[in-house]
Amino acid sequence: MLNITKKAEGSKLTVFLEGRIDTTTAPSLDDELNASLDGVEELVMDLEKLDYISSAGLRVLLSAQKTMNKQGKMIVKNASEEVMEIFEVTGFSDILTIE
Amino acid sequence: MMKELVVQAALANFTRVRDFIDEQLEGHGCPMKHQLQIAVAVEELFVNIANYAYPKENGDASVSIDFEESPKAVRIVFKDHGIPYNPLEKADPDVTLPAHKRKIGGLGIFMVKKVMDELSYEYKDGQNIMTIRKYL
Repeated sequence: MLNITKKAEGSKLTVFLEGRIDTTTAPSLDDELNASLDGVEELVMDLEKLDYISSAGLRVLLSAQKTMNKQGKMIVKNASEEVMEIFEVTGFSDILTIE
Repeated sequence: MMKELVVQAALANFTRVRDFIDEQLEGHGCPMKHQLQIAVAVEELFVNIANYAYPKENGDASVSIDFEESPKAVRIVFKDHGIPYNPLEKADPDVTLPAHKRKIGGLGIFMVKKVMDELSYEYKDGQNIMTIRKYL
């Protein structure tokens, strides 16, 4: 189960993720981001209520990061200790801009 | 006591596998941090089987779990009758590369290695048998 909430302010888009990004939910996030990033210069992924992320979720974040590298920046914030640990073992803590 | 769940190796059954493992871990008072790490490993391994073990026909995947004393550990065993495949032979991705050089994918098994304490694979009696263990 993954709830995706978006808040747009000009060219800044904040995406709030609640629940789990796994094999079953990652495609919906990927679709949502693909449909939302046109004209976005600052993408903020707020992970405060994200409980879990698997490699399927990391793939979506990497893909969003690559898109944003071309048109602006992406910031990941409020990741829980468990999610941070996944970022660390996979080297994503170096790829992502984490606040 | 070992508990086993047998399902058709299909992505649609992933949540059944996840819930089965979660229930067992919760029943044993496994800390949430370990539960999430084990969930990562279970997802990667089951999804691998669902995606690759049976390219032509449908087949089953078995997931079993038991708890060991001294030292305290959880052991989870995945079995399938699909094409022989040892995921541990897959080379680790370079996790130091910047985003633009990273390939999308290839991280799954690497994550399993990182979150679990022991992994072993054998092909026996026509079955892929993958065993993972985490000390609690």
